[in-house]
Order: sequence, then structure tokens, then C-alpha cells
Amino acid sequence: MNSIKEFMNRNIRQYGMIFALIVIVMFFGIATGGKLIWPRNVSMLVRQNAYVLILAIGMMFCILTGGNIDLSVGSLVALVSAMSGLMATTIGIPSWLAIIFGLVTGLLAGLWQGFWIAYVKVPPFITTLAGMLVFRGVNNIILNGQTLPLSGLYVVIGTGSVPDIAPNTIPDFLRIGDLLQLQNKPEFLNATMFIVGLVLSIIYVLFTIFNRKSKIARGYEVASLKSVVIKVISFFIVINIFSYWLAMDDGLPIMLILVAILFAVYTFIATKTIPGRHIYAMGGNIKAAELSGVNTKKMMFLVYSNMGLLAAVAGIVTAGRLMASSPNVGANFEMDAIGSCFIGGASAYGGVGTIWGAVVGAFIMGVMNNGMSIIGLNVFLQSVVKGMVVLLAVAFDMYSKSKSRLG
Amino acid sequence: MSEYILEMRNITKEFPGVTALSDVTFQVKKGEIHALVGENGAGKSTLMNVLSGIHPYGSYSGDIIFKGTECRFKNIRDSEAAGIAIIHQELALSPFMTIAENIFLGNERVKNGVINWDETNREAIKLMQRVGLNEKHTAQIKNIGVGKQQLVEIAKALSKNCELLILDEPTAALNDEDSNHLLELLCTLNKEHGLTCIMISHKIHEVIKIANDITVLRDGKTIETLDNTEKVSEGRIIKGMVGRELTDRFPKHTPKIGEIGFEVKNWVAYDPLDEERAIINNVSIHVRKGEIVGLAGLMGAGRTELAMSIFGKAYGKKISGTLIKDGKEITLNNIEQAIENGIAYVTEDRKTAGLVHIQDLKKNITLANLKAITKGFVINEDEELIVGKDYRKRFNIKSSSVFQKVGNLSGGNQQKVVLSKWIFAAPDVLILDEPTRGIDVGAKYEIYKIILELADAGKCIIMISSELPEILGITDRLYIINEGRVVGEMKTSEATQEDIMSTIISSSAG
Ligand SMILES: Nc1ncnc2c1ncn2[C@@H]1O[C@H](COP(=O)(O)OP(=O)(O)OP(=O)(O)O)[C@@H](O)[C@H]1O
Ligand SMILES: [Mg+2]
Repeated sequence: MNSIKEFMNRNIRQYGMIFALIVIVMFFGIATGGKLIWPRNVSMLVRQNAYVLILAIGMMFCILTGGNIDLSVGSLVALVSAMSGLMATTIGIPSWLAIIFGLVTGLLAGLWQGFWIAYVKVPPFITTLAGMLVFRGVNNIILNGQTLPLSGLYVVIGTGSVPDIAPNTIPDFLRIGDLLQLQNKPEFLNATMFIVGLVLSIIYVLFTIFNRKSKIARGYEVASLKSVVIKVISFFIVINIFSYWLAMDDGLPIMLILVAILFAVYTFIATKTIPGRHIYAMGGNIKAAELSGVNTKKMMFLVYSNMGLLAAVAGIVTAGRLMASSPNVGANFEMDAIGSCFIGGASAYGGVGTIWGAVVGAFIMGVMNNGMSIIGLNVFLQSVVKGMVVLLAVAFDMYSKSKSRLG
Repeated sequence: MSEYILEMRNITKEFPGVTALSDVTFQVKKGEIHALVGENGAGKSTLMNVLSGIHPYGSYSGDIIFKGTECRFKNIRDSEAAGIAIIHQELALSPFMTIAENIFLGNERVKNGVINWDETNREAIKLMQRVGLNEKHTAQIKNIGVGKQQLVEIAKALSKNCELLILDEPTAALNDEDSNHLLELLCTLNKEHGLTCIMISHKIHEVIKIANDITVLRDGKTIETLDNTEKVSEGRIIKGMVGRELTDRFPKHTPKIGEIGFEVKNWVAYDPLDEERAIINNVSIHVRKGEIVGLAGLMGAGRTELAMSIFGKAYGKKISGTLIKDGKEITLNNIEQAIENGIAYVTEDRKTAGLVHIQDLKKNITLANLKAITKGFVINEDEELIVGKDYRKRFNIKSSSVFQKVGNLSGGNQQKVVLSKWIFAAPDVLILDEPTRGIDVGAKYEIYKIILELADAGKCIIMISSELPEILGITDRLYIINEGRVVGEMKTSEATQEDIMSTIISSSAG
């Protein structure tokens, strides 16, 4: 009995986050008169906020090292999209090459910042503040106030979706179109999306069952059967609703695949590899980690280099979605990413936080962004709301922590 | 009005998964020094945290009666207002602030809302005299030794006009001289000012020396309160603590010493803050396989610095000298290399440098040797779990499970985790810096056994300890270090405490 309580205590933050996401979705769902959950808007939400997700994944690692942040990512997104766009349009190299060029640019910027942070010991806050100014400046210089229109691969990444393997075969069997009173409701679902969602959710269910069994066999503490069943069923439903919704629009966005891959890879790195462990350890106690053989300099270097690379990915994605490189893209992106991580349960002192948390945090950010835009809330008010949500999320964290300590 | 200044009745305190205190009763007479002893994790610190409001009213059950009134402290400020001050196991001073500032931290002397520096300094000097602290009141905490820091803590407690002073293992980090000074100070404060003290300690001889009454806790229960006017014997107290007779303090052992396994030659290291000052001066030592070599010396003799400079240059600048392992010269430029070369260093400072407090037992244990449980790129968490459970059992680490965060463990159990980590790293050369600081007698015995086992397995062991009986009890040979130099070498079987002290003193004078 006690261990169940302890388990719940330990995971209260995770469940709280998902609960918050659901509440926010419902709130905006109602406040927008259902518009937020129109299939069109859901697929837009994914595409418009993929950048937050990508940046939040990288930012989570920065925060894990000890509450460090990267202020330069917004500017770097702009710089990368400008560099890459310039290559593709003015110079005229093929878009795939220009994209690689953009990624290399981001990585170099990351290496540059990583060098100052790790080996010269300029605090991350200062280094990335400088980067924020420098990258933005360079972006403006090379674009010279112009906007470069992009096409080709950029647009595919930014707006494309996976082709339908069997068009006009699966009807909208739940009649959601009627339910939502859509004007031009789709008769048929995008089969690719629907099947991918179904298959993935089944794999998820099987995996959870298998994993739990083997964990019990190996003597781990596991959550009670009831809570696992509830969790599995709700995830199964959520994944399928989500894919159903996207299937009613234009199917599986390329961007979603990209984000899913990044999520899987970085979760793996964070939880299953030595560098991941080392990052968590140094965030928990840098001195102890060093004395245990963790190369903290190298870790800082890697984390910030990686952040540069992910900012570049976000830059390409953003350029693709806007179908252009423009001088003032990426403003405040860093704040969205940092906010997502803290909403997602990262500790401001480092050492605590998960990639999964960053992703849920980013979703919360995304729903708020889109929901508030659909309502037509004044952008300044939007910023007030986002600020308050971040503040309250962390306050809740602190409160629940002090509770569980007294427990 | 009873003779007791403090009565704690039927105190029960539970943490998720552990009952730290169950139905504890604890009574302290006015004007006495009352010692609280017990094994690691017995609940001593927890009991004091309940008393001082760190675990607030409502988070435990039972009554606290202080000076005849029932108290319900919600935080440490409440208990301070009532006249109770606590000095924690791990000191809580602000390193970059001065002594005077630290004494009045949280209790600032103000005039019209502005800090009154005249009064602060004047009173700080007075308090420093009272505790016998010979330093400038403007000295920064980080620049004075632990012994003096402990005195600052006491001065800080006195500045709050407390009637009951709680000291949690005040002498754990002190050498004999500083300890004696501190104990004398406590006796003086007790006799002349009628200050009632509760002292937690694992050093039984100290307890016998100064306590009026001794309460023994075991597994969260009060076992007994012994009257110490007639001076109880150590054996008697230990029996209460561990629940059985403990005849030997050190395991019996016949060393199996082989060839030289590790050698340090002409080792020199400079102060990182002042690169002109040599901290380690031409030190040459060697250890044979299966041998335990002690480094004896006073606090600040440079033993920790020596060890850390060897351990991948974790300390010091302009380091020179040669390291020879198994007959081959090795270079250790960073800690990773040191670990790869089979060198391990168990830090003396477990709170700030030994553990990742927010992580659990098993993750802390595997941290220094993740490679051992990694296949390809993937950490095998099953193996990690097995390792964690194995060490938890072997070292008898008191915890709810291997999933418990080490920050919540009792001090002694934390030390066992640090040791586990380094033993799991499977080193050939193990440097132990104060490995039994803050550890109870029973557990000490177990740790000695493990050290001896490691030696028998052919490891080279270097042990730094400020407790001379321990050095004499467990090492095979010892070096005496003073002011960064080796000033003597002895076979332990031929050495006595007096020999060691006189070597140190004569080398200092010369
Ligand atoms: N915040 C906490 N959360 C969970 N368990 C705790 C917490 N604090 C203490 N404990 C547990 O309570 C028990 C008693 O711990 P306590 O620190 O009082 O021991 P102690 O007698 O002071 O030991 P030591 O001599 O090693 O300092 C231990 O088993 C410890 O793990
Ligand atoms: Mg304690």
C-alpha cells in the first residue's frame, strides 16, 4: 500500500502535466466554439508548433546540466533559415544540399557556443545572450531586410504529408465530420495516417504489457495493475483519436514523423546511454559527478553543440512552413522552448526532467498558442497568459515537492 | 515544575517506506549535557529535526514539552524563538561571507531597518571570545578550518540566546585537538552559563567524557537512558546501540602482502589559488599489493590534497612527479583517466562531492563505472538493479529500497553508498579519505572488514584518517604527513599514538 502511494507521489508531476494538457485542450476547445479541435486546426497545430517541440528537446538537456538555458535558439533559427535560404535561392544549389548546409551552420554555431561555455567557462547565460545578438545580427546582414521565398524540399518538410496508401477506402465511420458540423467534411479518412496510428497504439499496448511483466519478473517496483490499465487504455484512445483527427485532414505530416524520430532518439540518449546518465548526474551534483569521472566540460560542449543542431532543424522546419526565410522569424522561440521544459517538470537547478516532459510541455505551449490565436486574443495578452502558466507550473512543482518531503 | 527542561513523549515519525521513529520518549534535565547515541539511521537526526521544527508539527505524532509548556513548532524559527538552537550534521555557513556576518545571519542586528555594523562587529567579537575563536571577525568562512567553522556555528547559536543547544555530530569532521577544544567549550558553557546541550556523536569516548546522561536509540526506538555520573563503559553503550556485545573494534587479519603495486615519486603540487605556494612538497610513497597504508597527520596536513592531486589532478596546479603502477609509469591528466587506470578516490566530503542527492541509491552506486553495465550504447538497467541490491545488502545500507534518493539517507548510510560506488568501480588502487567519518561502531567494523577483504584480493589501499586508533588498528604501514611533506614512516605494529604525535610536533618545530 505504502509503495503504491510512494509511486504516485513520485509520478504526481507526470500525471499532473497530462491532466493540465487535457484541461487546457478542453478549455480552448470550448472557448473557440469547437474550432480548436477541427481536424484542419489540429493538423495546423502540429505543423505550427513542431519547432517548439524540437527546441524543447534540446533545451531540456541544457537545463538538465544544471539549470542552464540557451537564449540564442530563436536567433539561430533565423540565421539557419537565412543561410540555407540564401544557398537555395540566390546561389541556387539544390534544396537538399542547402538544407544540409543549414544544418551544418547550426551545428557550427552550437560548437562555437559550446566551446566558450565548456572550455572558456563563460556562463551559458552570457554566451548565449551574446549568441542571440550575434546570430540575429548576422541574419539581418545577410538577408538585408529581404524575405526569400523557398520552394521544393523545404515546402515538403514544412507542409507535406505522407501519401495516402489507399485513398477513399476508410470512411469517416465515427461521423466526426457531422458531429463537429464541418462545412466541407471529408467522406473518407487518410488510410496511411489511420493505420499508422492504429498499429503504433497496438504496439504501445503490447509493449507496456510485456515490459511490465518482465519488470515484475526482475524485481522492479511497478505501478498497480489498475493504474497501468487506465494509463494504457487512455493512451490507446488518445493516440487513435489524434490519428483519426489527422486522418480526416491531410494525413500524416512529414513534420510529425521528424518530431517522433527526434523524440525517440533523444529519449533513448537521455535514459539509456552513458552520456545521458552523466548529464543527469552533473545536474544533480556537479562536483560529485566530476569526482566520479564525468567529463563535465565535454558534456557541456556536447549539449550546447546539440542544441545548435536542433535549432538548425527547427530553422529548416520553420522556413519550410513559412515557405520563406525572413529577417524576423524565430523571435521569442527560446522562451517557448524554455517555458515548455519548465511546464514539463524540469528543475530549475538541473538534474531533473524528461524528454517526455519537454514534449508534453511543448504541446501545452502549442495548444495555448493556437487556441489563443483562434480566439483572437491580443498577442500581448497571449504573452501574459503564457508567462503566468509557466510561473504557476513551477510554483505547483515547488509546492508538491515540499508536500512530498513532509509526507 | 519537573526537573526536565525537555520531554519528548511517544514521538512517531514516518517517511514514505520507513518508520524513522516509533514511539520514542526522550527526556533532558535542565543544565545537563545529554548525549544521544545509536547506529546510523537509528533516527537521531530525525528526532532532533522533529524537536527543532524542521519536521513541523503535524508531520509527526507525539508531544514535545519544553520548559513545562507543550510546543508545536511549525518551523525552525518557532523553535529558535522558544530557545532551542540546532547545529546540523552538515554545517550550514555561507562560505563567502565573513565570520561576523555568518554569526548574525538570519538574526541581523539592525537599527532603523539598516544593518548596524558597529553592533554586529562588536557583538561578534564578544561571541568569538566566548567560544575561544582566534580569528579576525572579518575573515571569510571558506578560509578558516572546519574546527573553527564549528565554533562559528556555536557562536551563532549563542547569539540567539538559546537555552538548549543541539549538536549533531559536532566533532565528526574534527581532529583530536579541535575536538577537545570543542568539548571543553561545551563543558564551560554548560557549567558557567547553565546551557543545556544535546549532543549526537559516534565517538563513544567523547560521550563518556562529557555527558551526564546518555540515551541510546536503535531502529527508531528508545532503548535506554544511562546515567553517566559513574562513567559507563564503552562496551556497555555499544551493547545498547548494536544490541549485542562487540568484543573487537577491528577485525582480526593476517596481511598477505605482495610486490609494490603503486608508487608515487617526488610528487609536487601547488596551491591553485597561489601558484607560488607548494602544498605538496616532494612526496614519495608506495603501496604493496594487499597492503593497507595509512596517511596520518593533522587536519590540513595536505593528505586530501595529495590524494586528489594524484587522482587525475583533481586538485592543484603545476603538478609534477611520477606515478608508477605495476612497474609501469602512468600519466593521469583527468579523473576519467585515473578511473580507467584503476585508481579510485573516496572523498571525505560526501555531501558536496560524494553523492548526487536527488538520484537514487542504484544510480549513485553505478555512476563511476557505468561502462561495466553498458552493452554497446545501452545501459542495462536490470544489471544496475542487481548491482544496487547487491551492494545494499552487502553494506547493510538502511533504506526503503534501492530506489530511495540518497539525499534522504542518514549520514552514515550515505557514506556506505559512496564506498559502494568506488568498490563497484573495481579499482586496483583505492584511496580512502576519512572513510568512517560519521559512521557508527558496528558499521565501522563492517567497513573495516570490507577494506581488509579488498586488500586480501590484492588491491593497494591508501587510507587517510584523522582517527589515530583507526590508523593503528587497520593499516599495515603508515606515513606521517605534515605540512605537505612525508615526515615519518613506520610499521604500524611498531607505532604508537605518541610516536606519531611527537613526529608531527618535532617536524613542525623544525
Ligand atoms: N526526508 C527523509 N525521507 C525519507 N527517509 C528519511 C528522511 N530522513 C531520514 N529518513 C530515514 O530515517 C531514518 C533515520 O535517519 P536519521 O538521519 O535520523 O538517522 P541518524 O540516527 O541521524 O543516523 P546517522 O548517525 O547516520 O546520522 C533512516 O532510515 C533514513 O533513511
Ligand atoms: Mg544523523
